Amino acid sequence: MTVSLSLDAITAHYGTTKVLEDLSLHVGEGELVSLLGASGCGKTTTLRLVAGFLEPTAGTIMLGDRDLTRLPAHSRDIGLVFQTYALFPHLSVRDNVAFGLKQRGMGTAERHKRADDMIERVGLGHLADRYPANLSGGQRQRVALARALVIEPPLLMFDEPLSNLDAKLRVDMRVEIRRLQQANGTTALYVTHDQEEAFSISDRVAIMNAGRIMQLDTPEVLYSRPANAFVADFVGFENMIPMRVISEAGDAVRAEMEGGATLDFPKDKFTVPAQDFVLATRPEGLEVSTTDWGIPATLGLRTYLGRAYQYQCMTPAGELKANGPLTNPLEPGLHVNLVPQPEQCCLLPAETA
Amino acid sequence: MNTRTHPLLVAFAVLTFLFLVGPLVIIIGTSLSDTAFLTFPPEGLTLHWYQNIFEISAFRRTIMTSFALAVGGTAISMMIGVPAAYALARYRVELPKFLGNVYVLPILIPEIVLGFSLMKSVAIGAGLPIMTSLLLGHALLVLPYCVRVVGASLNAFDFSIEDAAVSLGCPRWKAFFTIVLPNVKAGIIAGFILAFITSLNDVSVSIFLTGPGVSTLPIQLLAHMEQFFDPTIASVSVLLMFVTVGVMAIVERTLGLTFLTK
Repeated sequence: MTVSLSLDAITAHYGTTKVLEDLSLHVGEGELVSLLGASGCGKTTTLRLVAGFLEPTAGTIMLGDRDLTRLPAHSRDIGLVFQTYALFPHLSVRDNVAFGLKQRGMGTAERHKRADDMIERVGLGHLADRYPANLSGGQRQRVALARALVIEPPLLMFDEPLSNLDAKLRVDMRVEIRRLQQANGTTALYVTHDQEEAFSISDRVAIMNAGRIMQLDTPEVLYSRPANAFVADFVGFENMIPMRVISEAGDAVRAEMEGGATLDFPKDKFTVPAQDFVLATRPEGLEVSTTDWGIPATLGLRTYLGRAYQYQCMTPAGELKANGPLTNPLEPGLHVNLVPQPEQCCLLPAETA
Repeated sequence: MNTRTHPLLVAFAVLTFLFLVGPLVIIIGTSLSDTAFLTFPPEGLTLHWYQNIFEISAFRRTIMTSFALAVGGTAISMMIGVPAAYALARYRVELPKFLGNVYVLPILIPEIVLGFSLMKSVAIGAGLPIMTSLLLGHALLVLPYCVRVVGASLNAFDFSIEDAAVSLGCPRWKAFFTIVLPNVKAGIIAGFILAFITSLNDVSVSIFLTGPGVSTLPIQLLAHMEQFFDPTIASVSVLLMFVTVGVMAIVERTLGLTFLTK
């Protein structure tokens, strides 16, 4: 059974503090969507709202054609995996996994059989009689995963499930999670603050800030085409140059940056979105060049990155980072132009406060 | 050998030990004395005074009363204390800080003040029967132990475990009994025993609430001493001491006493 999850115009408060504002989100059937953001951005709140541990002040939550908004948490039929694993310390691995089935009134023999099958599937067949205290972190999280999966929930939710594991295990586990989620075709909502983790396993990622979704897109689009300055900064566009349009002449738009330097943007290569905008690029999107078009700069410290040299550049608009080819190392103090590469730059509307 | 212990330190340690253990030895010795008055060292050796406890009906009655009070008072206190400790732990962030301290008040205010105010309010003010007043008084007296000791267990409990149970289809009330309680069992047993001992040995609160026909063992002990001053007092004391030590030993063996120092 695959269903979709829809959050429509959700607003939520903690006491009098508004933590989510008019949030809408659709997770398609069998899709894995991540909520990504720093702590306090509202991602965990969103998950707890869907789980039923919190109630929204406005809006509706639909799972398929079931309205979850006011349904008690224990009737929602959602598989949850927690950051702290949240295994039942007084129950064996088998009884932990069988717990959800027991709540559904399944007989002992049947639920033990199903639990054992699921424990086998997560690779812990030999540990079914152990207690959580005698398992490693990775094993615990596998048990937690098995416990959430065994009830065959239409929706799986993960709350920072890998944060307590070491780096190597994190990568293994996220592959495992993705594999099981796809094998079952379960719709999933995944909360994390780790960009690499979110991008690597998600169909789509929602980048959140201050209780709102800043952009919801595929990892590919988020990585290369952020829709606003916040997302650009978040995904590593280290150069953010505020600009203002001063004139339009024929096939180019002339814009001025802080410090007075100007740059002409050819209309066929750049789309200037507003009077005030931000030129956002990664270091590889600014090429160090001696041609006369670009941002005038003085080269500073040069660092070797393996695939290129990176330069700290002093410009009228402040310090920027730019890459140059390995074939031509340049010395500090040289006056150059930094040339924005159209396919690696984003012109974004300036943040309106 | 460089690790010589200073003789004064040895002397001090021995003195401290004697100071702690001496009274216990004296009272045990006294209780065995074959004399009609309290004396140490004992003259002769007899268990007559232990037998005496159970021959004097006032002692028999008050032992029953004291145990009933300890069990009943602690049970009432647990029924208030466990939910309170649960709420305090679970909603630590949301609840105002002073709320946790309110439950410790019965320890902080002098017991004699607690006893007196209970007499004024419960016994005289509300006119409740003596046994009922005593039960309420003892429940209040031991409430801090219930809330604090159970609370220490609950503070170490990860409430997402409870959320996990709920997400798997277990109603919240049921999750409390099947998931939360089994995991704070140690705290509940420890709290119960501490409360039980406190209630059993209490004088200050009981003395204000006892009345005609109803007394507790420690109060009866005082009354008996005023009239007779015989080794029965010592034997009752030893009995109380052994019950307390025995109970503590059980706690130590099963749970460890570390929770006392937390």
